Amino acid sequence: MVEIQTSDLLNVATLFFMAATGLAIARIRDLFAVVMLSGIYSLLGATLYVILDAVDVAFTEAAVGAGASTVLMIGTLALTSRREKALPNKQAIKGMLACLFVGVILVYGSFDMPLYGDPTAPIHHHVVPRYLNDSMAEIGLPNVVTSVLASYRGYDTMGESFVIFTAAIGVITLIGRARRKTTVDERDQPEKHLSMEGKLILRVVSKLLIPFIILFGLYVQWHGDFGPGGGFQAGVIVGAAFVLYGLIYGLGTLRTALPAWVTRTVLSLGVLLYAGVGVSTMLMGGNFLDYDVLAHEPTHGQHLGILLVEFGVGMAVFAAIVTIFCAFAGRAAADVNPVTPESGGVGND
Amino acid sequence: MQMALDIASWALILGGIAFCLIGGYGLLKLKDMYARLHAASLIDTLGVGLVFVGLMLQAGWTLVTVKLFLILIFIFFTSPTATHALAKSALNHDVLPDVDTEEERDMVRAGRTPGSGGEL
Repeated sequence: MVEIQTSDLLNVATLFFMAATGLAIARIRDLFAVVMLSGIYSLLGATLYVILDAVDVAFTEAAVGAGASTVLMIGTLALTSRREKALPNKQAIKGMLACLFVGVILVYGSFDMPLYGDPTAPIHHHVVPRYLNDSMAEIGLPNVVTSVLASYRGYDTMGESFVIFTAAIGVITLIGRARRKTTVDERDQPEKHLSMEGKLILRVVSKLLIPFIILFGLYVQWHGDFGPGGGFQAGVIVGAAFVLYGLIYGLGTLRTALPAWVTRTVLSLGVLLYAGVGVSTMLMGGNFLDYDVLAHEPTHGQHLGILLVEFGVGMAVFAAIVTIFCAFAGRAAADVNPVTPESGGVGND
Repeated sequence: MQMALDIASWALILGGIAFCLIGGYGLLKLKDMYARLHAASLIDTLGVGLVFVGLMLQAGWTLVTVKLFLILIFIFFTSPTATHALAKSALNHDVLPDVDTEEERDMVRAGRTPGSGGEL
């Protein structure tokens, strides 16, 4: 008799909802609904990670997948059409065949994977026993995930923060600087664009919440050593606070509070801090990103190094989110001309 | 004491779940967007609120209760605001409520013009 556990039921239910959401995304032509559904899909993924006890990953998935990317995709929608173009049947069949082909290959590949929870799976044997058994002595942080992410796997995480840096730079290069003149024009008449009237409740509530959102972001940043959290999540949360500000008070006000040169500088400083810690450890006689040499005690050095690189990641992610949002929203505001309160782009609804 | 706490917390949690189910049913069955929004707001406020208070009783005087309380306050502020923003945005984009008579429709239109209803 097979014993059914609660987590199995939750798994099946969550996976079922994910499949249903995926089918809905494929079928619906209204892209606004598709964006919302993909946010729900991310949230379901986060739930799945919680069931699997991977709270750090769940946290990131909820913050980045359901939060930040949804807002950015809505920003993209403001630049393009709200409806998906219907493909001719012939092309649709080709696409369907390609999807089926890839899907079959993926399923075939999954046959080689170890069973879920198999104790003999390679993941439980290679380096993981060392991380779990020795990280307390070597690094001394209660949250092993942070030890793995920022110290054992410090190179990977540095690469990830460079990817985010590159993404933000790419967005600035492609659309951030375009139509400079229109942006200046629009800044000359902020009242017209912002449509402050008619949003009293939103303004009051957001003003009330934004300080606490930023405070929570800082908590997540500095508490990442002890519980779920860290630079990625904190950067997204603080970035979300500023995106919320921009959505409600308009892009011009956001850029007055947080000028473009500030976000650009913070973006660069974030990755510079991460790589700089690595260079410092080399100058102090260790390997690149070997935090042991940063202080007299190896574990103290590890704590300091992890704190610094996590802060670097947080800065880079925060600045990247705000930069990308501003580039998209600025382009949308420039495209819709003249901007009326009823028809405007991001920030009017 | 523990027994009474358990009974109270389970009553609250089940009540919250009942509100969630009613809200979900209403979301599917009610006829126009605003009525459905009303059903959805039931989940956000009463449903989540009752479940959270029930969970707080289960957790006792711990840090978990404090965190649950903070999340509850956050939801208490954000959900009605989100519902409000959604309804207002829909009204501004000419999604009119499904009302029975022409008089009521006129009232809706009058409430929507700038000046009389545009303050909030």
